[in-house]
Order: sequence, then structure tokens, then C-alpha cells
Amino acid sequence: MSPADIHQQLVRQFGDKITGANVTALDPWVEVAPAAIVEVGTYLRDDPALLFDALNDLCAVDYFEPDAKKAAKFAHQPHVEVVYHLYSYTLKHHLKVKAKLPRWKNDQAGELPEIPSVSKVWLIGEWHEREAYDLMGITFTNHPNLRRILCPEDWEGHALRKDYDFPLEYHGIRGQ
Amino acid sequence: MEIEVPENVALTKLDWLASWCRKNSLWPMPFATACCGIELMATGASRHDVARFGAEVFRFSPRQCDLMIVAGRVVMKMLPVLQRIWLQMPEPKWCISMGACASTGGIFDTYSVVQGIDRFIPVDMYVPGCPPRPEQLIQAIIDLQDKIQREGSFLGNEFITDARQQPKRALQELELGQLPRSLPIIGGKA
Ligand code: SF4
Repeated sequence: MSPADIHQQLVRQFGDKITGANVTALDPWVEVAPAAIVEVGTYLRDDPALLFDALNDLCAVDYFEPDAKKAAKFAHQPHVEVVYHLYSYTLKHHLKVKAKLPRWKNDQAGELPEIPSVSKVWLIGEWHEREAYDLMGITFTNHPNLRRILCPEDWEGHALRKDYDFPLEYHGIRGQ
Repeated sequence: MEIEVPENVALTKLDWLASWCRKNSLWPMPFATACCGIELMATGASRHDVARFGAEVFRFSPRQCDLMIVAGRVVMKMLPVLQRIWLQMPEPKWCISMGACASTGGIFDTYSVVQGIDRFIPVDMYVPGCPPRPEQLIQAIIDLQDKIQREGSFLGNEFITDARQQPKRALQELELGQLPRSLPIIGGKA
């Protein structure tokens, strides 16, 4: 199925929960409202015409304030995105699904944005979500075990956020 | 007083003998955390064959080792493990910091990577490179052997700081003109 067809089918099924798409990009993507991600994910996995049985990767991107030079080409409001890389082993087609979140919940710096976990839909999502939580600071609600996966448990901050400050020391171990 | 020494008996100083035994039977603890570890394996493998220098017995238990080779970057989360392994190794023990990452953090000037393990454990030899070639690691082992022969002892020679000021053997040989200063030019005019 072509990306455009997949997009059409999703729009028919979910209406305005599908908030955007670019089906001609090199990596065609469909944007989904964060609250609907589990519902849409389950449909993508189970519908006989789609059968996205594999979550190849789940990653998060921090779109910080655009740089003045680049803003002309790519203007955007600061936000973070969760990107789901899907693949169907049965039907051999790809799709990226995106969900946009605010950088901070309620615009309070330090309060992590929330999105439902897809670890019940694709089991592997569990670890990928732990990584996104650890490095990007995104809370996945209903996750069975949302702990840091790479950094030590008592690490402070989320290291891949663009406004992260390197720690000067960690338990007496000098950084920098 | 003269002592008749039969042919099959050699006399030596206990001190010298102990150092000689130690330097020729280094048992490395491979603390290989990253890509340098691959080069460390190459050093142990047949082409470069570190067995020629008596250091082929890689042990994965620190209790049986006396040479720690830190090959690769160490992050803050890993550092307590490194220190504990170092403390578990019995004396006398030595440490080679292999590669740019172990010595200085290398290109990983990031939030989590330790910028040089010598801030936390004593290092005897630094091997530059990213990664160092096996020859460089072998050179470090040879230099370390010289150091052990010079300093390791029952007599506390390691506290004689003069001995440490001596240049390494390769440099001394270069000074004496035993090594060519530049590579010979092949198939051209010198
Ligand atoms: S020095 Fe280079 S080869 Fe060695 S661990 Fe660092 S990056 Fe890897």
C-alpha cells in the first residue's frame, strides 16, 4: 500500500485525530494526536491491509527555538516530537508516525510532557520509551516500568534536550 | 673469597630476579569498554602475538591480574566499577591507559564521559591514538617492562624518582643513533 493510501485509510477511520501528513517525503509520515496514539497504533498493527507488526524504532526529537538563520526555511514553534518507525514484515511497507508534544507540560520548565505508552501494542516499545524518557524527558503514561535505562538512576535532567546543562560533577566525579 | 660456581648455576640479585619474573609474565586485565578493545584483541591475536612479551594471559578476574589495560571510554556510571576492579587486583599492579578516550576523554567531551581515567586510578603508560595500533600497545608493554625492571623491587626502588626521569628505551636508542631517524626512501633519490 502506498503512503498516500495509508494516509487516506487512516483519515477515513480516525478523522481529525490524524492531524497532518507528508506522504511524498523520503520517509513518509503521518501525524497523530498524542491522546490517540494507542488507538491508532493498535489499528495500524491489526488492520489486514496495514499489518504494521514491527516497531523498528521509537525516538524523540527536540525542536528547540529555531536558529535565526534557519527560521526562514523551517519556522516552527518549540516542541518535542515522538516518532514511531513502523514496518510490516508481512506486507513489506514502511510508515513513520509522529506525535507532537509541548516541550514542557503546562509550560512549566521541568514538568515532563506526557503521551500514552505503546508498549502494550508493540512490546519492544517498552525499552525504546525508557530511552526516550531517560534522554529526552518524555513521560509515557501507563508504561509498566518507566525508569532510566542508560543514565544512572539518580541522574539529573534529560541529556539530549537542547537546553540541557552539562553537570559539573556527579557523586564527586568531575565532569568536564 | 671465591666460590666455585658450577656451570648450570647462575647468580643474581633477588630484587632483579623478582622484577625480571614479573615483567615477563604480565597478566592483563582487559577493561575493554569500546572500539579500542578491538585493537586490544588484535594485539592478543596471532599476527601481533603479545605472547612474545609474556603478556598473553588475559584474565577476566581481577584477582589474577597485575596489568590493567583500560581500552576505551569510561563513563561516570562505569567509573565505580573500574575503581573497584582496580582495587581488587593484587599488588604489585600496573595500568596502561590505551587510546585517546581512556587518557583524556578523546572526542567524547560530553556530559557523561570521564575526561581521563588518571583522575581516578594511577596510570603508568599512556598510549596515544584513536585507536592505537597494536604495535603502539606492544611498545607500551615493552616500556612498562623496562619500568618494572627499573622500579619494581623489594627494596623500594619505585620511590627513587631519578630513575623515572630516564627517557624511554626507544628514545635512548634514537639518541645513540641505533634507530634510523627517518624511514629509508625506497626507489628514489635520498
Ligand atoms: S580512542 Fe578512539 S578507538 Fe579508542 S575508544 Fe576512543 S574513540 Fe574508540
